Amino acid sequence: MNKEQLPIVVPIAKIEDENEIVKNFYFDISIGAKPGQFVMLWMPGVDEKPISVALDDGKQLVLTICSRGKATQEMAKMKVGDKLGIRGPFGTHFLTNEGETLALVGGGYGAAPLYFVAYEAAKQGCKIEFIEGARSEKHLVYMEKLKALENTNIHISTDDGSVGHKGYNTEVLKKVLEDTKVDKIMTCGPEIMMQKVGEIGEEAGVNTFVSIERYMKCGFGVCGQCVVDPLGIRTCVSGPVMNYKVAKMFDDFGQYHRDSVGKKEYFNPK
Amino acid sequence: MANLQVKYLGTEFENPTVLASGVLGVTAATWKSVVNSGAGGITTKSIWLNEHQGHPNPTIITTENWMMNAVGLPDAGLEKAKEEIALYSENKPAPLIASIVAGKKDEFAVIAEEVDKLDVDILEVNISCPNVEDELGLPFACVALDAKSVTEDVKKVAKNKPVIIKLSPNVTNVVEIANACAEGGADGFCLINTLGPGLAINLETRMPILANKVGGISGPAIKPLAVKIVSDVYQATKLPIIGTGGITTGADALEIMMAGATLVGIGTAVFYRGADVFRKVSKEMSDWCDKEGVKSVEELIGTAKV
Repeated sequence: MNKEQLPIVVPIAKIEDENEIVKNFYFDISIGAKPGQFVMLWMPGVDEKPISVALDDGKQLVLTICSRGKATQEMAKMKVGDKLGIRGPFGTHFLTNEGETLALVGGGYGAAPLYFVAYEAAKQGCKIEFIEGARSEKHLVYMEKLKALENTNIHISTDDGSVGHKGYNTEVLKKVLEDTKVDKIMTCGPEIMMQKVGEIGEEAGVNTFVSIERYMKCGFGVCGQCVVDPLGIRTCVSGPVMNYKVAKMFDDFGQYHRDSVGKKEYFNPK
Repeated sequence: MANLQVKYLGTEFENPTVLASGVLGVTAATWKSVVNSGAGGITTKSIWLNEHQGHPNPTIITTENWMMNAVGLPDAGLEKAKEEIALYSENKPAPLIASIVAGKKDEFAVIAEEVDKLDVDILEVNISCPNVEDELGLPFACVALDAKSVTEDVKKVAKNKPVIIKLSPNVTNVVEIANACAEGGADGFCLINTLGPGLAINLETRMPILANKVGGISGPAIKPLAVKIVSDVYQATKLPIIGTGGITTGADALEIMMAGATLVGIGTAVFYRGADVFRKVSKEMSDWCDKEGVKSVEELIGTAKV
């Protein structure tokens, strides 16, 4: 890893609305990020947050950000030309090989890093079954960009049935696995959803890769904030992308994560 | 192969490397994984009586020569510490040093009395964090009278465990502070906490990079200062010392031991050399001892001809 961990400060080159609360921020740099890796994004005077990379094509870096917390709401107010700091890329990535058939299962804006997977995999001649779940049609992301990719079938599920399958994306995944011989499943989104995806993949005998999000401060394995029980491994270094077989050994997986002071926070409070 | 075992204040350590406070030490699972990576012992992140929020991000930046942090001592408080310490005690793999911290002088005795009852081997009293000054004022380790009175307070209530004081390099005369702590009954020292605070400014935004603006400096750049302070305090007090500050290699560890340290704290080097830095440093120490015909690393403590 690069021994200098100072942010590179660059202006926002372009901003694009993905939906009402999700925007794409473009930067005219490449940091050599691979699909599934993340950066630490410094919003001077606001905060610094781990953000997964939605695209790094060698010329531009794209970060897709959903405004849901204080920092990301500030981010949503940023304009072209505003300067932001970037450190990274950090962590493990999704690995694809030429000619594979992939099922990519995204929940909400978890679809963004999977778009990066699809973008790279399409160039490798992979066949892609892209399964995206959202609350409703207007919450979908990356639809136009996905349609432009080769060898990519798009499957949609919405909670309200406004478009596609009414219900969960995991139900769509089951159907896809019945119809298609899939080599790998990759998923990003709410952890409880990824847990279900992992179970389905395991049942079908398909290797499944999940993307684990934990509270992070440094991004380079020192602060100890992103560790999981009972192995004590650091998700910023050994993750975020992990085989489901590893993730399911965690006490935390689908259950809890730790907050900024290290206290457990359950996904479904008891 | 040279014997790396050392005894520190009555506790046996398999090797002199211990995880320094503040790095990685959030959960029992991590402590165990650090022992698996070769550490001879663990120091917890500093434990507060009640939950304490750290600083916002960015909190840690590095260059090849130094790291600067203003993590700000986040902790969930005593109850979580009890849980984690109990978890660690199941098949306890190595000694545990509990770092304790408080915002006011009279609060140290409260947290010390509680942690003294737990399955820890040594209490390390952190009176020297340089990046919480805005919140807490000048660290107690900067004034001899304060350092002494905190030591006395903690010693009064810590009936079961040895008490060591973690001192600051950011004073005119560390020996004066160390002597005051020794008079207050300190059993040993951890030397040194981070240097500074320092400031790093980003050119494009003309803003400090750390959200807290200033932070404590650690890493290779501060090692010579750590070695000097360990040497000075060892000569003055002869109390046993955990030497820490920029220790990255086996040679660094041997150097600070010759200056007077019994144990060697490693924190920032986890970044420079990976989580298995403890095993690497131990191997390098052992190789050097073998080459020089040193049978036990313990023989080296305080042998520098300073």
